[in-house]
Amino acid sequence: MSTAAIVMLIIAILTVWGGLALALVNLNRHPEDDGAMPAEHAPEL
Amino acid sequence: MSTPTPQAVPGATPKREMWSTRKVFILAAIGSAVGLGNIWRFPYVAYENGGGAFIIPYLVALLTAGIPLLFLDYAVGHRHRGSAPLAYRRLARGAEGLGWWQVAICFIICVYYAVIIAWAAMYMIFSVTEAWGDDPAGFFIGSFLQVSEAVNIGFDFVPMVLIPLIIVWAVVLLVLAAGVQKGIGRANIIFLPLLLVMFLILVVQSLFLPGAADGLNALFTPDWGALTNTTVWAAAYGQIFFSLSVAFGIMVTYASYLKHKTDLTGSGFVVGFANSGFEILAGIGVFAAVGFMAFSSGAEVGDVAAGGIGLAFIAFPTIISEAPLGGLLGVLFFGSLVFAGFTSLISIIEVIIAAVQDKLGMSRVKTTWCVGIPLALISILLFPTTTGLNLLDVTDAFVNNFGIMACALVTVLLVTYGFRKLPLLGGHVSEVSSIKLGLWWRIMVGIVSPIVLGYILISEVIKRIQEGYGDPPMPDWFVNVFGWGMAGGLVVVAFLLSLIPWGRNSAANDPELDSPTLQEAQR
Repeated sequence: MSTAAIVMLIIAILTVWGGLALALVNLNRHPEDDGAMPAEHAPEL
Repeated sequence: MSTPTPQAVPGATPKREMWSTRKVFILAAIGSAVGLGNIWRFPYVAYENGGGAFIIPYLVALLTAGIPLLFLDYAVGHRHRGSAPLAYRRLARGAEGLGWWQVAICFIICVYYAVIIAWAAMYMIFSVTEAWGDDPAGFFIGSFLQVSEAVNIGFDFVPMVLIPLIIVWAVVLLVLAAGVQKGIGRANIIFLPLLLVMFLILVVQSLFLPGAADGLNALFTPDWGALTNTTVWAAAYGQIFFSLSVAFGIMVTYASYLKHKTDLTGSGFVVGFANSGFEILAGIGVFAAVGFMAFSSGAEVGDVAAGGIGLAFIAFPTIISEAPLGGLLGVLFFGSLVFAGFTSLISIIEVIIAAVQDKLGMSRVKTTWCVGIPLALISILLFPTTTGLNLLDVTDAFVNNFGIMACALVTVLLVTYGFRKLPLLGGHVSEVSSIKLGLWWRIMVGIVSPIVLGYILISEVIKRIQEGYGDPPMPDWFVNVFGWGMAGGLVVVAFLLSLIPWGRNSAANDPELDSPTLQEAQR
């Protein structure tokens, strides 16, 4: 692989998967309101 | 009988179903977004449009149109807590037709999408014995699909497609009949992790094949000149747009099953980036395998690279035949297509079921069978035949480019400039979400998206008028009826459906189901 291809592969992975990681961190910092859980749901979920 | 049935009592409409947690919603939304296009469309589109440089327009498209439009869908569905027609009806007087247009689009897509899943399921089995021998192309068109030379509609059934197609419909309808949480939620909780594990093994196996590095080199070597080309930018926006399942009712419907207080933007960023993350993974896996194909045939990567049906059912069988542990590679690849496609198919049919359920106020199980059986029959009657491939080809191209694309353009224009609802919808999302939607979101939805969608749509219309459709070109009557006619027919059907009044059993007459913003409630 050429250097340019390797650099772009790394950039693609870092931006997209990094974006996913950031999005997950943001979501975890804002836990959902458990009080409003519907009464009936599949027990294993 | 003078005693009314429970459903005939006003306000006794069955309580609207809900996701148990936002995690289930996020998994279902990712399951919907990650479909066949992620695996067989993205890698080739990226390769054709600048390789490594494509990541720039791709990310710009994700952030300026994909995710903003995803939030628009979430806002409409969550604020107005209804299927697409009901949610749009509640959004503004006269907007209901937009919802029915989206339902009509889903109707067309699901009847052919199921067929591709049936093909992939058969190819999982074929991979074990390498049933295609040394001629994958001839096997696919000839022995497997038995494609007739005449381009028309026939009823000469092909049992090898008919039987798996019936099974696909039976399974998907059973899942849908089980309901939002116990059916759709559970299916995604099982199939999505399974898809990820299978695909990760596939990627690792592909990376160890000789020539894999050449494939990745071809995919990621940047062509910076491509960035000045408008068709490359249009391709990026088109890929993001089709891949994220926005603007055809799915995300409206799924968001309508969320609790009142749910972090919509936080969830949407996870869905958007997870979908793109899977596309990058697919690019790596597919091009590593394509690099091996070039290596073993002594050709250039560019000569063997392909997308869509050609990649899956002709190129991959060639790779499977030549690779060490090829049978495993085949089961993983076609299994991934089946699972990715299945969770998307569920979401497409759910748009129709939810709409009919809201409209008629029937139970989930009854609606599933009333909607699902006719859908399955249409799909089974038209597609597992010797003429099914051409019909699938033309309906797929036209429903995407002139159905979804046109509907998205009309929706953003009407919601922004006709009904002027963007501030209201943005306000609703901001009230419940971690990341607020302000002016930037309204600019992306109201200005950037219509410009981009309009450009893509107009270029596509010009291209189709000048060049016709198909290679070799299909007969005009066939394209006019099943391409242009079908796409135009969707609008007519949507308009007619929006004229039918909502009965007193319908969800439109259940005041508990509307969801005004907190501010409005306090007024």
